[in-house]
Amino acid sequence: MRELTFGQAIKEALVEEMRRDPTVFIIGEDVAEAGTVFKVLSGLVDTFGRERVIDSPISEAGVTGLGVGAAMTGMRPVVDIMFGDFITLAMDQIVNQAAKVHYMSGGKLRVPLVIRTTMGATRRSAAQHSQSLYAWLAHIPGLKVVLPSTPADAKGLLKSAIRDDSPVVFFEDKMMYQVKGPVPEAEYTVPLGVADVKRSGTDVTIVATSSMVQVALEAAARLEGDGISVEVVDPRTLMPLDKSALVESAKKTGRVIVVDEGYEQYGVTAEIAAVIAEGAFDHLDAPVRRMGAMNVPVPFSPVLEDQTVPTAAAVAGAAKQLCGRA
Amino acid sequence: METGTQRAIPAIPKEELLQMYEQMLRIRIFEEQVNELYTSGKMPGLAHLYIGEEAVAVGVCRALRREDYITSTHRGHGHCLAKGAAVNQMFAELLGKAAGYCHGKGGSMHIADPETGNLGANAIVGGSTAIAVGAALSAKMRGTNQVVVCFFGDGAFGQGVLYEAMNMAALWKLPVIYVCESNMYGEYTATREAAAGEVLARPQACGIPVKEVDGQEVRAVFAAAKEQVERARRGGGPAFLICHTYRFRGHHVGDVNRSSYRSAEEEEAWIRERDPVRLLGLFLIRQRLADASALEKIDQTIRAEIAAGVQFALDAPYPEPGEVTQNVYP
Repeated sequence: MRELTFGQAIKEALVEEMRRDPTVFIIGEDVAEAGTVFKVLSGLVDTFGRERVIDSPISEAGVTGLGVGAAMTGMRPVVDIMFGDFITLAMDQIVNQAAKVHYMSGGKLRVPLVIRTTMGATRRSAAQHSQSLYAWLAHIPGLKVVLPSTPADAKGLLKSAIRDDSPVVFFEDKMMYQVKGPVPEAEYTVPLGVADVKRSGTDVTIVATSSMVQVALEAAARLEGDGISVEVVDPRTLMPLDKSALVESAKKTGRVIVVDEGYEQYGVTAEIAAVIAEGAFDHLDAPVRRMGAMNVPVPFSPVLEDQTVPTAAAVAGAAKQLCGRA
Repeated sequence: METGTQRAIPAIPKEELLQMYEQMLRIRIFEEQVNELYTSGKMPGLAHLYIGEEAVAVGVCRALRREDYITSTHRGHGHCLAKGAAVNQMFAELLGKAAGYCHGKGGSMHIADPETGNLGANAIVGGSTAIAVGAALSAKMRGTNQVVVCFFGDGAFGQGVLYEAMNMAALWKLPVIYVCESNMYGEYTATREAAAGEVLARPQACGIPVKEVDGQEVRAVFAAAKEQVERARRGGGPAFLICHTYRFRGHHVGDVNRSSYRSAEEEEAWIRERDPVRLLGLFLIRQRLADASALEKIDQTIRAEIAAGVQFALDAPYPEPGEVTQNVYP
């Protein structure tokens, strides 16, 4: 199968959906000629013109609200928010407007809006350009939250997100844009709400999201040498959350580690650990182990920053402990 | 800047004037009934009455087509009615009944009615200012020739998203009219204590043309709105209309002790001299376009319609409990 980078897969999804549906357009800071700071959208403006690839002012709240209004009136906007940290500027528009419109109107209005943004640390960008804040949004009924971990998933999930009639927030790991992976050439989508087993195993389950899927797979490879068989499950979307897939894997292995790049406190790891504890309690040999980002603002110095994100070595160590091999 | 009241208001056909009178009176009597329902414990939640400001909603919406969009505010009953909402479904929504515009899920501050172009009332001050730009961009992209009116109060001058929204509307020449209902108070604080400098300089700084009108004179509001709406429909871009008006009642029904922020004398003077319904009634009589008995007849008709609407809502069933989980996602 041909290989694409994560960034190319994202762009291909946008191109296909913009061709398929004339109501799809993109708006955000530096999305047109600049093709975003990450160059993910390079050339898109040449294909679709500035009418559908719109450079906006640096106004996250305004642009997100614009997306909500356009979505309510027949368009399918894709709002680009450069860094996930900047969703904080648009929180009223996302939480009080986008997420509420359908419910508050008794189902009469819809907001088929996609907000594409980024997440992830270790880019030496310090505390305001490195956070993974999707737990804030997964907390809000009315929103869907997507966390792709491979180029193929990114493409298929983004196409589903654009076709979805709900507001969807799509988080891309900015460290992953250059990562390559197989992507089918034929048309396909990946449904929202279906987890994917990235590696099958029997001794311990590692539930990992986005950037942490590669970390989990690396840990699994190391553990193989120690005779520990690891299953890696990627929920792919936090909302809807494929609870049964997580519970099934937990029942199978009896030991679970949840790894995620959001802050550990009150975060995704806590929610998923609770889902597994509720659904698989009788099958667990040990309490579910959580590994999130360290509960500190992300520091600049590489020596400090590298400590804040779970590593394959740390995950492997935790797995050994859990299996009584430490 | 043009000041609408200083110029002669173009003649408006008698039939239209009578319709505007009827619409304003409908809002007035509707709101009086809301007050009654609220104070008698039949209406839950909050009620922000539009009494005193009727000429703004009616004058502006009269300049719009049915398919044009509006966004509204927490004080939005008047906007909804002026854009064509039916009193039965309005009252039903206010009482949390299944027959309401939002099936009882929105209530007083969130009435939406896509059938009449009403994209919804918004309980976040300034919360719909960017949504209105999006609707305007959508209208432009879809080539529908629709115009969007964003109603907001002077309290929204304190919200940053208003400036982000006006900036984009001006950059892209979008068909959106920002209608500021300047009623002198944001909740319990005088506007002069909350907004520095000249507020009209703010849209002007984005290159948005502004008009200033007496918001108690529905003919002046209509004339100004009509010009701005037509200009926007021709592709002339956004406009800003400030309507000087007054909240005859409190911020909400429960706001009864208002002496901390405004005097009883001030309220009485506005109610006595600047009542928009009475002002149009007097004009109609002086111009011999209607006599007192004709206005009385309109009054009776509207009161009957409102009474029937209240009864409809009181009799209507509540939503089924199971509806609580419906409409979270389409």
